[in-house]
Amino acid sequence: MKALELRYVWEWPVRLTHWFNVIAIIVLSVTGYYIGDPFVSVPSTNSYVMGWMRFLHFVFAYVFAISWVVRIVWMFFGNQYARFPAFAPWATREGWKHIVGTFNYYTFLKKKVPYVVGHNALAAMAYSGVFVLFLIQIVSGFALYGQFQPGSFWDSAFGWLLPMFGNQGLRLTHHIIMWLLIGFAIHHVYSGWLMDTKEKNGVMGSIFGGYKFIDPDEE
Amino acid sequence: MHDPERSLQEGSVSEEILQKWEARGVSRRDFLKFCSVMTASLALPASFMGQIAEAIEADNRPPVIWMEFQGCTGDSEAFLRANQPTAAELILDYLSVDYHETIMAAAGHQAEAAKHKTVEEYKGKYIAIVEGSIPMGAGGAYCTIAGDSALNIARKVCGNAAATIAVGSCSSYGGIPAAAPNPTGAVSVSEAVPGATVINLPGCPLNAENLTAAIVHFLTFKKLPATDQFGRPKFAYGKRIHDNCERRGHFDAGQYAEGFGDAGHRQGWCLYKLGCKGPETFHNCPTVRYNEGTSWPIQAGHGCIGCSEPQFWDTMTPFYRRLPQVPGFGIEATADKLGLGLAAATAVAFGAHGVASALRKGDETDTKVKKED
Repeated sequence: MKALELRYVWEWPVRLTHWFNVIAIIVLSVTGYYIGDPFVSVPSTNSYVMGWMRFLHFVFAYVFAISWVVRIVWMFFGNQYARFPAFAPWATREGWKHIVGTFNYYTFLKKKVPYVVGHNALAAMAYSGVFVLFLIQIVSGFALYGQFQPGSFWDSAFGWLLPMFGNQGLRLTHHIIMWLLIGFAIHHVYSGWLMDTKEKNGVMGSIFGGYKFIDPDEE
Repeated sequence: MHDPERSLQEGSVSEEILQKWEARGVSRRDFLKFCSVMTASLALPASFMGQIAEAIEADNRPPVIWMEFQGCTGDSEAFLRANQPTAAELILDYLSVDYHETIMAAAGHQAEAAKHKTVEEYKGKYIAIVEGSIPMGAGGAYCTIAGDSALNIARKVCGNAAATIAVGSCSSYGGIPAAAPNPTGAVSVSEAVPGATVINLPGCPLNAENLTAAIVHFLTFKKLPATDQFGRPKFAYGKRIHDNCERRGHFDAGQYAEGFGDAGHRQGWCLYKLGCKGPETFHNCPTVRYNEGTSWPIQAGHGCIGCSEPQFWDTMTPFYRRLPQVPGFGIEATADKLGLGLAAATAVAFGAHGVASALRKGDETDTKVKKED
């Protein structure tokens, strides 16, 4: 019998950007929802509710955008679990086996989940989709933000999207993606819990500490 | 004595010019007011006032041809609305408006002859003003004047003008006639006459102050003012309505009218939740206002509908809601209702999956058991 081995899977930039994303998405969703539908009306003109909501939204927009860029850059420099190929299981025959196997496991067709050290195949594909949603959210958000001053950096960078998709269309897109990401977050936490209990490799703890339990026999 | 150098430096208007205007029935006070309003509208320093006064006085004022195509005459109305003759109106009278369908005395062949005469005699020197969109459908047959299509007239008159000013959203961007499904194939002046020098003054209707300012700019500097990406002069369309709105304080505070006539609405709170498009519309309505500074939509208690933005009838609707409806779903399906449904459905689905997975035995990665064998 070989003992389980501890392996450093998620390096610190991966974990750091993950938690920055978590905080940013929560703050951006709450403040963004308020900006779209100010559900609190205050009695006093001395308040600055919308002002603060917008301020927080813009500050965390920068946090989120920087976090996204750092994570994309890390795809070039990180370990094998953080690089681009880890997010494209569809590119290899082995990856396809994992996609089908994981799908069968989720749909109760198979009892065993394929053994992987990093992301499981379906999770990896979901994350690549989420990275794209993040990008659309960042770009549409800064395009709308740029309207505060025509000719400003953000207006010059993304302002051309406004006539292309229409201001209202861009705002609707920004709004819908927020809900898609909330749906994703529910799914993400659930799947983490499920795999934690079934794979018993400490996946939930690994996003805090970076280490996973690896079975040398399975690898 | 009149000293151009001095008046340029100090922005003062010469006695000579003031006397001329007094003789025309415009008091010196009104004329100076007009010149300072124009200087301010064009975002020029006060020292330009003297230069503007001289440009208006100069004898090479170009003739103007005002053409109306697929429009509602709202822009002419806005322009003529003044209840007393203002300096601005006199300036424009003085410009010799050779042709304007609504107000010209001539009719029929006589009127057409006047128009052709101006085009021939002042080729490349006159100003063309266009109100209304130009239909391209059916070979231009949807709008004809004196047996010729709007398209041909526009090509001839705008093509030979020193500058063309598109007044109102229809001539600037197609406006309401071009709204989906655009049955007449209506287009803007710049689309119908690609080679022409066009400046757009959108708005439904346009603000006559901006028209006067654009003409004064042209007279003073012999060129059209700087424009944004939609061909609108920056002096009038460079700032968002929202950023100059008198209700902005209520927006930042978090005070919103929830319905027309409710307590918040009666107190002048922000109209954001009633679908105001001020946050996405660029126009100087809050500062210039309409009808000689009397009022403007938001002051009057109605949200902005974004009428000076391209294709506003399609892109700024629904006028009374923040967000458009999600295509493919029912009329009442807002993005938020769908989103909440999606989030709830995700939670329920994964909850059920979780219960099933918790009850399911033997799918764990069997680490210990296997190794003890």
